[in-house]
Amino acid sequence: MERRVIFSGRLFPILLLTPQLIVTIVFFFWPAAQALRQSVERQDAFGLSTEFVGAANFAGIFADPAYLASVEVSFVFSVAVAVLALMPSLLLAVMADRVVRGANLYKTLLVLPYAIAPAIAGVLWLFLFNPSFGIVGSLLRRVGIDWNYLLDARQALLLVILAAAWKQIGYNFLFFLAGLQAIPKSLIEAAALDGASASRRFWRIVFPLLAPTSFFLLVVNIVYAFFDTFGVIQNVTQGGPGQATQILVYKVWYDGVAGLDLGGSAAQSVILMAIVIALTAIQFRFVERRVHYG
Amino acid sequence: MKPVILAATAAAVGFSAIGAASAEPTAVQWWHAMTAANAAVVNQIADDFNAAQSEYKIVPVFKGTYAETMNAGIAAYRAGKGPDILQIFEVGTATMMAARGAVMPVYRLMKEAGEAFDRNAYLPAVTGYYSTADGKMLSLPFNSSTAIVYWNKDLFKKAGLDPDRPPKTWPETFAIAAKLRTAGVPCGFTAAWISWTQLEQFSAWHNLPFASKADGFDGPDARLEFNNPTVVRHIAKLAAAEKDRSFDYGGRTSEPEGKFVSGECGMIQTSSAAYGIFKNGAKFEFGTTELPYYPDVPGAPQNSIIGGASLWVMAGKTPLEYKGVAKFFTFLSQTALQQKLHEVTGYLPITKAAYDATKESGFYAKHPGREIPILQMTAKPPTENSRGLRLGNLVQIRDIIAQDLEAVFAGKEDAQAGLDDAVKRGNALLAQFQAKIQ
Repeated sequence: MERRVIFSGRLFPILLLTPQLIVTIVFFFWPAAQALRQSVERQDAFGLSTEFVGAANFAGIFADPAYLASVEVSFVFSVAVAVLALMPSLLLAVMADRVVRGANLYKTLLVLPYAIAPAIAGVLWLFLFNPSFGIVGSLLRRVGIDWNYLLDARQALLLVILAAAWKQIGYNFLFFLAGLQAIPKSLIEAAALDGASASRRFWRIVFPLLAPTSFFLLVVNIVYAFFDTFGVIQNVTQGGPGQATQILVYKVWYDGVAGLDLGGSAAQSVILMAIVIALTAIQFRFVERRVHYG
Repeated sequence: MKPVILAATAAAVGFSAIGAASAEPTAVQWWHAMTAANAAVVNQIADDFNAAQSEYKIVPVFKGTYAETMNAGIAAYRAGKGPDILQIFEVGTATMMAARGAVMPVYRLMKEAGEAFDRNAYLPAVTGYYSTADGKMLSLPFNSSTAIVYWNKDLFKKAGLDPDRPPKTWPETFAIAAKLRTAGVPCGFTAAWISWTQLEQFSAWHNLPFASKADGFDGPDARLEFNNPTVVRHIAKLAAAEKDRSFDYGGRTSEPEGKFVSGECGMIQTSSAAYGIFKNGAKFEFGTTELPYYPDVPGAPQNSIIGGASLWVMAGKTPLEYKGVAKFFTFLSQTALQQKLHEVTGYLPITKAAYDATKESGFYAKHPGREIPILQMTAKPPTENSRGLRLGNLVQIRDIIAQDLEAVFAGKEDAQAGLDDAVKRGNALLAQFQAKIQ
């Protein structure tokens, strides 16, 4: 089954790889190496004095209750975002799969939120839900709900979870829809002839066959919630109230850029790097293996 | 070939023979964080300076928010490409001061460039923030403001209050706020820049230490001290008022200003530089007055402290560039220019002469309330509790304070526990800063 393209020399394949390699080295390996180096150093903001401190930055992080709180927030946030971004998109995909007329219009509209940058999504949700000037926010207050995510930690977390999940639904929708369309119609028709109800057909046939897609999306969504939601947090809550919405990647930015603590921030990025490597490894082990290239 | 081209170019752009012989003006890069009307002022100043002489050319470059500008300056310095002049907000002062090798102190710059420079010409309440403990000015104040109170006269009338009598003390503030609530106003008062107005300004105004070592002026081993009984009592009162919305927290930085402009809150404590925003945005009459104080605190009111930004000169430039920077600073300090800046932007004048000239011009008589910030800052000679703050990592310390205040206002912690926690976490950051610079 294995297919190979045979090049006559080595130079040509290397030449073809060069652009991609340069991009990878400049934008991935080089910064990663710098983060590794800075994570074991203590340096003032201007780089006037640098001191090797070994694992002190890491020790500092794990002794910092704010960091541990941030780990907890990140896990709650990512799991909630992943679940809330996956379930509605599966429902929408199943619905859209049945639509006959105007299917493309529905699909385009459903995918649209994915085209919005996280920062813009954050601003949109801010203008909707701010207790003072948000349209929905002031409506909630008018009907007697004490809506004030500036002080209420649970409301704040809920808001950023919804905003982050909403943005990801379009992406998940696309994959689910593709997954659904790849399921042979004959299987479903056969089940229908055997008398299986619609919900039984879905749970016994469609859902299991979608499992690889679902698992892939679960990993992608967790990675998204961990790393790509900075713009939402920055624009809606800035990590507050207290530290209720301070996820790990926000803290990396905050300590490094606002706080100018390069060593501590680099050490946190190294930990995040380890997390993303682990997630990618899981994905390859369980998902990519089943994918058949050829 | 070459001389022909040169001559042709010179002729084409209309240079005289002398013009072609003299060198290009020395460029002086000025990175700033001013937006909208204030950005226009920055560009106007640069244009005026460039038109007034031909040896130097000020090039203003907008670099984003204060924090972004500071980061851009630091990153550029690390890459060896820093600007000549960098605008840094007041909370970045300690970081800049600690970076001894990276900055050129203003007093030395002026001396070496041979520019006349008398630090006594500047308002001490402003320059104190940017000077060493022994009075050497390290950066040039550019835009300075202080915290004041704005009140909505229409809402005062609605609540049956005298619209021309704002509260003078904190007990009066809470009483008036409660009356506003009773009259159906959604929020009695709010405060922007919560740490700055309710802890930093509050401490200076009541002559209390925010931190030890003269609020950090006497050394980087200063530690926070704002968990004292007076501040704790005040925060507890705010938290109690939050319950019935006679006080309503609205965010960590300038967000609460929206609650005042929209007519939601009857009063706000925020920067004097918000004047223009309110003037343009508010559909009601408002007034400005001094910050309230607790009459039972001895020595109160003392004087308030400044916010805003100053201009830092980066190290490693040529003597010629430094000469240009020095000439520009002299230009900036001119009375007429300072007076105009003060009147247009709502920031404070930085020299005594500019203040006097504004007074004599009758500006304050025509715009009552615009003198409040200066009067409040210069009411008494500053003590070691009211010169300003000189604390490292102050950006994060402010956020820590805001985090704990949010917990207190939400009723999750009491005021003492919240402030103790902020002191503890803030002190860890001060210790970290101290370790880094020593």
